[in-house]
Amino acid sequence: MNDKLREILQAPVTGKGDLIPLLQKAQEAEGYVSEEAIYAIAEKLRIPASEVFGVLSFYAQFRLRPMGKHNVKICRGTACHVRGSPLIVTAVESELQLGNGEDTTPDGLFTVEKIACFGACSLAPVMVVGGRTYGNLSPDKARRLIRKTAEEDHV
Amino acid sequence: MYSDYASLRAWAESEIARTRPADRTRILVGLGTCGIAAGGLDVLAALREKLADMPVSAEIVPVGCIGMCFEEPLVDIVRPGEPRICYAKVTPKSIPTILEEHLLHNNVRKDLAFAVIGDEPYDGVPAWKQLPFFATQRRTVLRNCGFIDPESVAEYIVHDGYAALAKALFEMTPESVIEEVKRSGLRGRGGAGFPTGMKWAFCRQSPGEHKYVICNADEGDPGAFMNRSVLEGDPHSVLEGLIIAAYAIGADHGYIYCRAEYPLAIVRLRKALEQARALGLLGERIFGTDFSFDVTIKEGAGAFVCGEETALMASIEGKRGMPRPRPPFPAQKGLWGQPTNINNVETLNNIPPIILNGADWFAAVGTEKSKGTKTFALTGKVVNSSLIEVPFGMTLREVIFGVGGGIANGRQFKAAQTGGPSGGCLSSEHLDWPIDYETLTKAGSIMGSGGLVVMDDSTCMVDVARFFLNFTQSESCGKCIPCRLGTKRMLEILERIVAGQGKMEDIDLLLELGETVKLGSLCGLGQTAPNPVLSTIRYFRDEYEAHIKEHRCPAKVCKALITYRISEEKCTGCTLCARNCPVNAISGERKKVHVIDPAVCTRCDTCRQVCNFDAVLVD
Repeated sequence: MNDKLREILQAPVTGKGDLIPLLQKAQEAEGYVSEEAIYAIAEKLRIPASEVFGVLSFYAQFRLRPMGKHNVKICRGTACHVRGSPLIVTAVESELQLGNGEDTTPDGLFTVEKIACFGACSLAPVMVVGGRTYGNLSPDKARRLIRKTAEEDHV
Repeated sequence: MYSDYASLRAWAESEIARTRPADRTRILVGLGTCGIAAGGLDVLAALREKLADMPVSAEIVPVGCIGMCFEEPLVDIVRPGEPRICYAKVTPKSIPTILEEHLLHNNVRKDLAFAVIGDEPYDGVPAWKQLPFFATQRRTVLRNCGFIDPESVAEYIVHDGYAALAKALFEMTPESVIEEVKRSGLRGRGGAGFPTGMKWAFCRQSPGEHKYVICNADEGDPGAFMNRSVLEGDPHSVLEGLIIAAYAIGADHGYIYCRAEYPLAIVRLRKALEQARALGLLGERIFGTDFSFDVTIKEGAGAFVCGEETALMASIEGKRGMPRPRPPFPAQKGLWGQPTNINNVETLNNIPPIILNGADWFAAVGTEKSKGTKTFALTGKVVNSSLIEVPFGMTLREVIFGVGGGIANGRQFKAAQTGGPSGGCLSSEHLDWPIDYETLTKAGSIMGSGGLVVMDDSTCMVDVARFFLNFTQSESCGKCIPCRLGTKRMLEILERIVAGQGKMEDIDLLLELGETVKLGSLCGLGQTAPNPVLSTIRYFRDEYEAHIKEHRCPAKVCKALITYRISEEKCTGCTLCARNCPVNAISGERKKVHVIDPAVCTRCDTCRQVCNFDAVLVD
């Protein structure tokens, strides 16, 4: 268990209302919610692990697998949709050869997430790479951005 | 700790005088999420660097969104005794010019300035109210956004902040606060439009050991960011509204349930809570009275259905966010089984001005049944993608073509979508209808929280219906079978239609399923999920029929129904498309006409976008 997670689990809790905040902190510490964290949180709150799993699997925020090194978030909001975001999704997924619902490349370099809306609608279509927002994208620009990120990683 | 408003105000004024001397130039930088996304932080860095080199003393103030997303990044300069000049689309490169000219040579660059944020034009720059974008807007909810530093409580107070709370506590009983809100005609801004005063009265009358108030800041509609802008730009106003609600209802604890996707809003809310506590405006014995109340922030975890009241409360209790039947209503048995009142961000934001200026002031604006103003996130194929606030009763045409500046790229208006995934699409026949709760419902849509997405003739309405249904289908919590399975079946039918495999019976089946899902679902999500489909069939049936009967997508969007080819007349053989094609579907020699192999082409649109000669055609 990593130190951060241990620290989180040592803080006092008041009841079941703390479950979602605990899961959020665990994910922040590890990048995802590990099996170990699920059992530890269940024990901490004195509830069955199945209940912890039931709650975390309900919410889109929680991941059960580690996140790639570079996080690519593509906006799938309405404004982005009508301004061509489906083409951006296809371009990024084909550039990274992701298919069958996979969101992380086998080398663990990229994770692609589709986000309901960033609210940067005036820049639609929008993508966020490494915390930086890129707007007015075309499929071509999106591909080049991914390539550039991968190249910089190898330097 | 202050026990009267005058001394609080005096403190705030001395604080502002101390930190912001009146003889100093102020430079305001728009740093909401939209401003940052457009490059606001790079502009800020360039500003700091340039200012350090200049023989002037100026103060940089980060402000929230003023609504002009289409002109971001924004930098405003206010020199002592001069009006506020707003520069638009500022880049790190234009910063040195703007600063040198404006601050050293007293030369307002008319070519770079957008408007004067003030009453009069100045030095050839128009006043903001002279611009069509601002002329018909009326800012009540957004009164402070883009004007004050959202992280400065003193600045909020000198803009009459917490005066309404003081008035409520010292001059009004909880009952008279509720009466004032009732008389104002304020209706819930989350979408359903229930009268706020009545909601408060129900909760006040319900017996309970504790009572709770919740601010619903789980703005989940894709394409909507009104609440986020308010939370980022004026967090204290939302908090003040919540405290007044708590006083009126008799609540001792409150929650702000905010989307985790809004990190900046959460940071600013936390700061606002700390500042309010430090001044005795939150916590034990507020303003020295017997009224005590505190607030906890809860971060949502990414579930659209949690915008529904009972699902939101389940989520705060640490459960799966699934709605439950009503009654009992939250006002009777809500959070932890106690009477609970839930209001949307914008609703609460309207409360301080209503208390301060009175119900009549508020009710003077709007239509008979929809009072006040409404914020909209105006986006899509419109020239001015923006955050706006207009009085109820304005027509769709005035909003889209007046404030919004019309349709982008000279194309034709086709539809306007209101209410997000729960709403519907309005067509050109509705352009002159006034915007209010009843009219939108009559047209088959809903007011919703304020998303207003404009669509042009290059938008496929069947594809839009599929887009929304894909969203609601994956966000359905799964409790009610009509919603869980009905939305799935409807989505499958729509996918069939956009793939060119639809049958004419499918339209009737969609209508039948849509009605069933509406009738058979517990919560707002299921009851409204079919709206985008039903309204597009109602107004754009010809597009459905074209997909089904002619295997044709009139807007040329649906991939299975379009082909790309290169015009022999226009192609110059520059090879640009062939070099950019990700699947090598384009062949041709240099300076000769190129050809696309339809069997290999994935219709990714890259060739059309890179072509400099408009030679790529879509059929």
